[in-house]
Amino acid sequence: MKRKTVATVATHAAAVVVAIACLAPLAWTLLASVSPQSDIVARPARWWPSEFFLDRYAAILLDADSSVGASFRAAFMNSIVVGTSTVVISMVVGILGAYAFSRLRFPFRRTTLMIFLATYMLPQVALLIPLYLILSSLGLLDTTLGLILVDCALVVPFTLWILSNYFATIPADLEEAARIDGTTRLGALFRVILPSARPGIFAAMMFAFLLAWDEFMYALIFTSTDNAKTLPVAIAEFAGRYTTDFGLVAAGGLIASIPPVVIALVFQRHVVSGLAAGAVKG
Amino acid sequence: MAVATATKSTGNRIARPRRNGLERQGRLAFWLLLPAFLAVFGVIVYPMFRTLLISLFEVKSAVATVTPFVGLDNYIQALSSSGFWSAMGRTLYFTLMSTSIELVVGLVIAWLLNARIRGRWLLRAIVVLPWALPTIVNAAMWKGIYNAQYGALNGLLSQVGLIDQYQTWLSDPFTALNFLIVADAWKTTPLVAFFLLAGLTAIPHELYEAARVDRAGWFRTFRSVTLPLLAPSIALVLVLRTVEAVKVFDIVYAMTRGGPANGTQTISYYTYVTAFSEQNYGLGSAISYLIVIVIIALSALYLRLLRRSEMSLL
Amino acid sequence: MNTNRAVRRSTAAVAAVASLVLTVTGCSVTGVTAGEGSAGDGTGTVNALFMKQAGYTEEDYAAIIEDFEAEHPDITVEPTFVSYEALHDKIVTSAPSGSYDVVLIDVIWPAEFASKGIIADLTDRFPAEWEDEMLPGVLPTAEYQDRYYGVPNGPATKFFYFNRDMVAAVGASEADLETWDGVLDVARRIKADGLSEYPIAWSWAQAEALICDYAQLLGAFGGEFTDDDGKLIINDEAGVAALEWMMATLEEGLSNPASTTFLEDDVSKAMAQGQTAFGLNWDSTLRDLQDPTISSISAGVLPTPVGPSGERPGVNGAMAYSIGANSKNQDAAWEFISYLTSREVQEQYIGAGLPNWTDSYSDEELVATNPEIFAVAEDAYDASIVRPAVPNYSSVSQIIQVELQRALLGEKSAQQALDDAVAAANESLEG
Repeated sequence: MKRKTVATVATHAAAVVVAIACLAPLAWTLLASVSPQSDIVARPARWWPSEFFLDRYAAILLDADSSVGASFRAAFMNSIVVGTSTVVISMVVGILGAYAFSRLRFPFRRTTLMIFLATYMLPQVALLIPLYLILSSLGLLDTTLGLILVDCALVVPFTLWILSNYFATIPADLEEAARIDGTTRLGALFRVILPSARPGIFAAMMFAFLLAWDEFMYALIFTSTDNAKTLPVAIAEFAGRYTTDFGLVAAGGLIASIPPVVIALVFQRHVVSGLAAGAVKG
Repeated sequence: MAVATATKSTGNRIARPRRNGLERQGRLAFWLLLPAFLAVFGVIVYPMFRTLLISLFEVKSAVATVTPFVGLDNYIQALSSSGFWSAMGRTLYFTLMSTSIELVVGLVIAWLLNARIRGRWLLRAIVVLPWALPTIVNAAMWKGIYNAQYGALNGLLSQVGLIDQYQTWLSDPFTALNFLIVADAWKTTPLVAFFLLAGLTAIPHELYEAARVDRAGWFRTFRSVTLPLLAPSIALVLVLRTVEAVKVFDIVYAMTRGGPANGTQTISYYTYVTAFSEQNYGLGSAISYLIVIVIIALSALYLRLLRRSEMSLL
Repeated sequence: MNTNRAVRRSTAAVAAVASLVLTVTGCSVTGVTAGEGSAGDGTGTVNALFMKQAGYTEEDYAAIIEDFEAEHPDITVEPTFVSYEALHDKIVTSAPSGSYDVVLIDVIWPAEFASKGIIADLTDRFPAEWEDEMLPGVLPTAEYQDRYYGVPNGPATKFFYFNRDMVAAVGASEADLETWDGVLDVARRIKADGLSEYPIAWSWAQAEALICDYAQLLGAFGGEFTDDDGKLIINDEAGVAALEWMMATLEEGLSNPASTTFLEDDVSKAMAQGQTAFGLNWDSTLRDLQDPTISSISAGVLPTPVGPSGERPGVNGAMAYSIGANSKNQDAAWEFISYLTSREVQEQYIGAGLPNWTDSYSDEELVATNPEIFAVAEDAYDASIVRPAVPNYSSVSQIIQVELQRALLGEKSAQQALDDAVAAANESLEG
């Protein structure tokens, strides 16, 4: 019994250490974003602000005159548009494809899926110049539509993969029963498979959103103005320009993290069961 | 990867169809997969092909009209340049270190998240945060933590008394590379942990019961039950993270831009510099295809090693 | 033998297929045909690529564009701003599509961009009288092989900025900052009095900024980047002495060790916050350092101090407006550039940067608006040190940056680092 108590204490201690390791950098960044500049550069280091200084958030979020704030807000909206559109498109496309991979028999099924996944091995840098030329000739440079197209190519293999695995774990009998009742295959997909595949769908949505929100290299090269520039590019420019005003970079970075963090917190319950399908079978 | 076998296992669940049923399935599969095909290959096939073509020519300007065919010269030039090999060496070091940290720490976190502890839901919510943070924000945050003037690391270490004066952590090439690895691992370990946790939860409980009946110790249980059954998840995570580590670009761009003294110049960043800063597109394209070869070789190696270890462990 | 022939045959086959594909898909492997740019009809939209900077700010450009559009109702200008670090790559990646009609280029890029066909030759548009009216030091900013590829946007060089209060507190005066020896001496006193832990900050990150600081010291030590044959010679006595001097200031703790991670902006902010007493920085920095919302100090500015050679050349850091070679609206682009660089506009925005025009410098009213910079400008622009004007400057600069950093970080001796830089760079220059 005593050994068990020691083990329990050790487990809880380890959990606390992990939690601190995850939270400490974020907490410091959050505090820096609300500290006056003199607190940030103080030596010895101050760990709690002398006063809560919210001007930076006001400048980024509210100030209509500051060009920094205006382009940050534009980038935020662009990221929302690009992120949600990419999620919607890659989920629809992924669900249809995943149904084919998990429920239908056709030649080269495994090979086809492998080819989709293998595209992930291509470094983005290898595609930049030709893609730039294509987007340019289609008039899609510096547009959110152009970014959505190239982001979908990155995200679809992921949604296909997670969804295929999950659909495969749903007993075929359910679908059979529905089809005997006269439902078409697509009807069965929407009425039987999708409702029972919620964890897989949530996991795939979360992956898709985080990937799209995080995408940097394409956005860096293919966008240039507030028309389409996304948050990662805006933050990189921001951080490059205000290297010594860490509080401002911190404030901008934290605001930029709110959507993915909220989505991750809401969907994290499903991620494990959503991924478990793929993990077990190997 | 993992998926291929996952779908295979469903094969027997599908009711044996009649011959023309098979044809119909094939046709339906074609139409269902068409959108995915267009979304992925519509965007990348032509650029892939074009880049392969460019790698066989001498292209020294994005608007060049005179581009002599040079065969494999660009590949030979890359393979015989010291810059390529040192960038590749740094990348492999980055890959090795970051994937091992992520795997070990990720396994511990996955195990914690699977253990019976109070507030497990809270821990899981906390662990997901670093993963959700955008890479560029993560880079900016760690750049602040490492800062020589006001960084939290200097503040902490000097208050604890480990350093006399503030250090410029990112000014030494090798230290900078290691600090870059820490920053990258901090963000990606939770992802690894979640993948491994998914594998852990799928291990049937009876196996642990059986191990207990056999009076197997903690380590033996781990070795003979957990590890072999987790092997597929580990393989998956290794391949995924290796691919991403070899391609690493964003965090380098945002944190160090390859400096100091090229100390953090990874192969993707090197390719970017070669193609765009030095405007040697032929060479840059050749290097990006060499990266693909490295990624494929590493992935194949992992899968082979894991298949072997799985067998010996069983 | 056999395999050799097979290799050759298959290479030939690949070449044949590749060329066939090229003929089918377009004209060259880049997908670009020659002469895609055109003059346009002098109206429509002009897309301009500028830089986020301390000099001409986004607000300045917005105001200029508004005035320009009022004068030219049939032209609209769409500005885009990127950081200096992203500017080169943005110009390069956008070149094939002709996305930008007007691009701001750095003085080190004309050779590269002109030889690679990225920017248009503007010699025929360049009015002959400008050659007499512009400062002789500024005129060649965007010149390559006796052709003009851009219109300068005024001279720019790095000056020596100092914190007046710190210098006064140790009983020193401007006269003591006349030479680098004098600067080090004052720095020692400031450090000893605990006014600043590291009195001098530099922009020595792995970037072009490092080359600019080194250039200015190289000049002060009597060195040059290249000899008459265009070969790099920074491993000679003066080049090594300048680098050793830089290393010594780090070792003595007079230079901020974080300098090797700093860009110009970091130096300016470190000064503005009173962390450091001295720093080399561009002319446009003074406006920030004198702005009480940004800066808490009283900043002074001097020409770069004199070195052992008795000289004080400033690094030529001018920029220029060029027209993208594939721009389809080059007439309108030229109209905008002419307006942007006209004497009236440049004098109106005198706080953002110095003018191109010789006559501006004798206009007393104008000089009175920014007396500190005008006072030092003449000296500094008199003799300027130029970075090598070669098409593959980017590669050469990268090589020098890395080797300078290796020495500054103590990985190599100064002589070794510069020998290696020269060997690698000269190979790259030939190749």
